[in-house]
Amino acid sequence: MAEKVLMKGNEAMAEAAMQAGCKLFFGYPITPQTEVAAYMAKKMPKIGGLFLQAESEVASINMVYGAAGAGERVMTSSSSPGISLMSEGISYIAGADLPCVVVNIVRGGPGLGGIQPAQSDYFQATKGGGHGDYHLIVLAPDSVQEMVNLTSTAFDLADIYRLPVMIMGDGMLGQMMEPVEFSSVTKRELPEKTWATSGTKMQRKRNVVNSLFIEPDELEEINNSRLEKYNIIKEKEVLYETANTEDADVVIVAYGIIARVANTAMQILRDKGIKVGVIRPITLWPFPSEIIAKTAKTAKAFISVEMSQGQMVEDVRLAVNGEKPVYFYGRNGGKVPSPDEICAEIEKIIGGGK
Amino acid sequence: MAKVFERPRALSDISLHYCPGCTHGIIHRLIAEVIDELEIEGKTVGVAPVGCSVFAYNYFECDMQEASHGRAPAVATGIKRALKDSVVFTYQGDGDLAAIGTAETVHAATRGENITTIFVNNTTYGMTGGQMAPTSLVGQITQTTPYGRDVAIQGYPIKVCEMLSTLDGTAYAERCAVDSVKNIRATKKAIKKAFETQLAGKGYSIVEVLSTCPTNWGLSPVESLDWLRENMMPVYPLGVYKNKE
Repeated sequence: MAEKVLMKGNEAMAEAAMQAGCKLFFGYPITPQTEVAAYMAKKMPKIGGLFLQAESEVASINMVYGAAGAGERVMTSSSSPGISLMSEGISYIAGADLPCVVVNIVRGGPGLGGIQPAQSDYFQATKGGGHGDYHLIVLAPDSVQEMVNLTSTAFDLADIYRLPVMIMGDGMLGQMMEPVEFSSVTKRELPEKTWATSGTKMQRKRNVVNSLFIEPDELEEINNSRLEKYNIIKEKEVLYETANTEDADVVIVAYGIIARVANTAMQILRDKGIKVGVIRPITLWPFPSEIIAKTAKTAKAFISVEMSQGQMVEDVRLAVNGEKPVYFYGRNGGKVPSPDEICAEIEKIIGGGK
Repeated sequence: MAKVFERPRALSDISLHYCPGCTHGIIHRLIAEVIDELEIEGKTVGVAPVGCSVFAYNYFECDMQEASHGRAPAVATGIKRALKDSVVFTYQGDGDLAAIGTAETVHAATRGENITTIFVNNTTYGMTGGQMAPTSLVGQITQTTPYGRDVAIQGYPIKVCEMLSTLDGTAYAERCAVDSVKNIRATKKAIKKAFETQLAGKGYSIVEVLSTCPTNWGLSPVESLDWLRENMMPVYPLGVYKNKE
């Protein structure tokens, strides 16, 4: 039996990153993710790794670019306003096909917003954030244990597909403590980094890390080959969990910590005889559209529950494609939907259907 | 018969895109000669900027990365920290280094980041057609200062070597020019000294090279060199500003 330890989400994720072979961490202080940096600062020097506090998030992400281009496993971590600052750099990393892991412990926005948990960066994470046609793989854990497991997955996916992978948590997941173990992490086979700028050693032609392609023909070709990669990811890397969807009349779609609240709501309503199920996207991009479309054949209605004014609900609607009504319930600004609030919304939907 | 002049190994065998009379080509060559002489091509990673020298990654035979505008020192930091035994240099213009990338430059220097910066100062945003640069001279006419740089509106030019030499992390800072054979030879010596500073692990090194932009200055190459001597050198005196032993 693997030993379980009680850890904060942010610290568990930092430990998982180091165990996944992350050798460099660049970051800038911001609440509510500071424990990631603090943990790295303490532990990285002990394993011969590097923690470096940068002068800004802009510098952090560009340090990540340099180190990723040099072929090392590298990570940064921030929260919403900091991720906005990094978005330029993330676009360049995507454009240069570099692997790295970016953590966003989301807080309420816009602007400085607040420091309490939120999911209002869904659009930014899944629809771009920076400029140009690109995607990140976006992973949304719902527990401290899953933060550990998905951190390893994130590094592997980044290396396999040569793209930035975002782990999107929130202030609650980052701050809460749960028992975790590190032995259940799965590892995947990784390609060799023949493209890295680690010095030619006078044994090969130079490598160039670059996102500038001034000829439209060339840029379109490169962008289209990246699209092929995105399509493979959509086909092979979708992750989700379902609960009681087979006989459900109403299906809640929720991710991260809110999926756990949704599960509680489902139990309460099931006890009252209302057939509710839950679909929990684990990859927000690629989005689990197929399972939602499949469930739309049997369910009567969907409700997307989020800590935002309604962002993922757009992807749920696209997946349901008009087959069934899609409702939304959300709180924002650092407020968290309660099981009772979710139950009341679903009872309204059921009532409205009569 | 012995060859007396040839292309440095580290300089790629392709045509450069620079305008006629531009001094980027000379500076590229000097860097390549130094890389050859120090026999470091195999462990060197260069970082190209945004600006006229954006395609510099095509011109050197060592591994190269292309950075976003102003971020070359941060990118170089990432590379150097990942590959401790590598030699990392950035090639940056005045807008890249002293406007949009000032924070990255100052902090790479103050960290004593063990990298070398070749800073090409021609007082102009060349690539975008000759706008005011942070190093444009007081009174200098550019596309965005059509009545001349007015200190009441645009303030004063930044003196990069002077500023960076105040930082403890800066190990070597020298300002040179490529306006004459003598000064070109001195520039090469400075570039070599900067790379040697990095090889010795002493910290941040920078060579500022006063350069010309005949196209945007609206002068011939020869007139441009005269303009550099007459107008830039009094504001930007040549010399060694920092040499940490």
